Amino acid sequence: MRGLRLISFIMTRLLQAIPVVLGVVVLNFLLLQLAPGDAATVLAGEAGGAPPEYVEQLRARFGLDKPVLVQLGLYLKNILLLDLGFSFRNNAPVLGLILDRLWPTLLLMGATLIVSVGGGVMLGVIAALGVRTWRDHLISIAAVIAYATPLFWIGLMLILAFSIRLDWFPTSGMEDVVAFHEGWARVVDIAHHLVLPTITLSLFYLALYTRLMRATVLEQRGAEYATTARAKGLTERAITLRHVLRNALLPVITMAGVQVGALLGGSVVVETVFAWPGLGQLAYQSLFARDFNLLLGIFFLSACLVVVVNIIVDVIYVLLDPRIRVGGKA
Amino acid sequence: MTGSKHPASAATLADPVLEIRDLSVALPAWADRPLAVKSVSLTVGRGETLCVVGESGSGKSVMARSILRLLPEPHLRIAGGQILLDGEDLARADDRRMRQIRGGEISMVFQEPMVSLNPLMTVGRQIDEILEVHTNWSKAERRRRVIATFEDVRLPEPERIVGAYPHELSGGQRQRVMIAMSLVLEPKLIIADEPTTALDVTTEAQVLTLLKELQTKHGTALLFITHNFGVVAEIADRVAVMRYGELVEYGPAAEVLEHPQHPYTRALIDAVPSLVPRKHPKPDATAPSESILMVRALEKTYGRAASGPNWLARVLPGLGRGRRSAVKAVNRVDLEIRRGSAVALVGESGSGKSTLARCLIGLEQADAGSAMIAGDEIVGLSRSDWRPLRSRVQMVFQDPFASLNPRTKVGDIIARGAILQGVNPETAMDQARTLLGLVGLDARAAERYPHEFSGGQRQRIGIARALAVKPEILIADEPVSALDVSVQKQVLDLLDDLRRQFGLTMLFITHDLRVAAHVCEEIVVLKNGTIVERGMTADIFANPQHDYTRTLLASVPGRNWQRRGHPEAPAPLGQ
Repeated sequence: MRGLRLISFIMTRLLQAIPVVLGVVVLNFLLLQLAPGDAATVLAGEAGGAPPEYVEQLRARFGLDKPVLVQLGLYLKNILLLDLGFSFRNNAPVLGLILDRLWPTLLLMGATLIVSVGGGVMLGVIAALGVRTWRDHLISIAAVIAYATPLFWIGLMLILAFSIRLDWFPTSGMEDVVAFHEGWARVVDIAHHLVLPTITLSLFYLALYTRLMRATVLEQRGAEYATTARAKGLTERAITLRHVLRNALLPVITMAGVQVGALLGGSVVVETVFAWPGLGQLAYQSLFARDFNLLLGIFFLSACLVVVVNIIVDVIYVLLDPRIRVGGKA
Repeated sequence: MTGSKHPASAATLADPVLEIRDLSVALPAWADRPLAVKSVSLTVGRGETLCVVGESGSGKSVMARSILRLLPEPHLRIAGGQILLDGEDLARADDRRMRQIRGGEISMVFQEPMVSLNPLMTVGRQIDEILEVHTNWSKAERRRRVIATFEDVRLPEPERIVGAYPHELSGGQRQRVMIAMSLVLEPKLIIADEPTTALDVTTEAQVLTLLKELQTKHGTALLFITHNFGVVAEIADRVAVMRYGELVEYGPAAEVLEHPQHPYTRALIDAVPSLVPRKHPKPDATAPSESILMVRALEKTYGRAASGPNWLARVLPGLGRGRRSAVKAVNRVDLEIRRGSAVALVGESGSGKSTLARCLIGLEQADAGSAMIAGDEIVGLSRSDWRPLRSRVQMVFQDPFASLNPRTKVGDIIARGAILQGVNPETAMDQARTLLGLVGLDARAAERYPHEFSGGQRQRIGIARALAVKPEILIADEPVSALDVSVQKQVLDLLDDLRRQFGLTMLFITHDLRVAAHVCEEIVVLKNGTIVERGMTADIFANPQHDYTRTLLASVPGRNWQRRGHPEAPAPLGQ
């Protein structure tokens, strides 16, 4: 019964997401029109100048000579057919380009989420359990420092310390291309490359979730149900693990769900610093090449990604909190 | 034992379970007094009920929690004295021993069952935990015991409730779960901290009966914390009265209730509104008065039934949020109030009494029906059409702490309504000062902010604010339910005075029949959005017609307790 309702809830949410994603596409399309210049001028500029007729010819080839609304209509039609268009810059279909870059980004995002939420929850609980002891102070101070330091700087310092001085981790890339690792060896190699970018990207969120978790655990430990549990004769450990932890997780999950979108944005910087071949880096490059088809494709995919993650977070919420009813009827 | 001038005389009890000797609990340095509990000595005998009574801040809850050492240390800590459970001093027991005692030998029931239960855990599991900690029974044995205890507290379908979450139960059922939790290991002593305060009066009566019954059955001692003398009259064997952390009176219930020795106890008991309905006011010059409020077939429905299923559910049945069950908060209510009368609107939570009031004051838009204030229709008015009518109806709100803007000076709060109605600001401010005097506050209060006042004073400010626009009808929505009993009485008397002075018509919303009897000549009983009975308070109290009214009257705690100095008290009601 509950499972069925959950599936119906997910289906509803997916259907509701379609207009949202289309809205994002239209908005992005119109916003990009505001940027001066187009792919034709960039190509011409890179060639060291070109006669106006040639630029016009390029525009006609790219379909940039049509009125904006016609371009938008064509683009929307293609999106609905899941055709993301052609990147003239890279001379390849957009979909293929993006899918190539998607999984490194997902890998980085997934690793970051696990480290920041998992680590944040753990550190937050440790700090809250030893409130006003050296453990709490140490964690809180470290959190404030991590919180206040810019991402790219952390990345650069980590490279300096762990790659250049200590030579523990590679400086850039996702794998050692010339080593031609296969199977398990390749997994280990990628994991090795993943460490520094993940730490860089997760530190800020780790600090954030640590602070949030510490605050909610402290709040929940003061709640009446915790006093009830104490009055039952439970140990402090059992009270925290059985009663407080689950209640305190709810705000952290909410926050994490909201921040997945921001995580995609943050990955642009980290992917650039570590030369991580992900979507962020691709978006950065295509923006400067005025490769709007590719850029719009990336935006479209990120919008889908955010929608899917939000649905996942909602499902986790439903599983964690019995008070949330899905499907309406009581 | 005669009198209770000497607390020690009451303390010598044959078979004490719990003996508290000179208990002091220290407050943190920033508090307004050094000790929350000041050398209190109490005894609870085996199988008896000791009620500890006091107003907010009296230290009664702190005292109760310190027995199980559930104080939020280090802010509050036991500063001295002994807590002897069968001779063993709990104030000096180690953590391990305390955990054995908690739930095993002494258990506790808290005030708010909703927040006292973990919302994310089934209630069965929450009780099972106690057995898991204190016994080495198998899972099946524990489950049998939980279900047996649920049957004991008369929860319906125990097998189903074991797997239910707290939010799936009603308030009364949740409190039964809490009681089951306290009973499951048959402890020597149950400490109940205001266990019925958050419940409706009929539910309260059921829970009190249940507690009393289970206590007799299991021979458990009960330490019952309350602010309500009605409850004391209902269940107490002995009573202890606390004020500012000190024990001011201590003795057998009958003694304390009938012949209170300490002036504070006397004041508290006198402040309890009597269930004796007030006398009819002499029909004065304005009689026979015309009707000032005329409500016909008024309806208000919450939920989305009116709009039907949403578009998604229409296109793809089975998807979408669909039809949410609609609640008829006010269901075809007819009501007529004559100028100058005081009518009590009585009902339990969810009866629609507040919704009705909010419709009459324009905070909610009624769905259907008609309501006329002195001949002007108010149902269906737009916001701008309402504005000129605002000065006719005003409301005094329930929570004096939340209903005054904390960033606005009291004078501005009071004057603003009049200024909006077009009164010159200077004049409005002068009026505000006069009004402050009328409600018993200093005119200088106008320059201060709400947080500088106590709850009762704030409610006076709320009343002054309502009167500032010279309304004809005053709607008071539970104006005293957030106040201590001694303050309650003052505010009620003030409302009564002002009503006569200004010739106001008053619609008084309350769940408390004592309060209704104290201030209103007429009474309207509301249940599930429908009026079930109406009439003169005296007639209804003497001879209730509807079953629900009878249940309500029979549920008033301490209804048979006739106060001293009230020889005209009627025969026990609702029997």
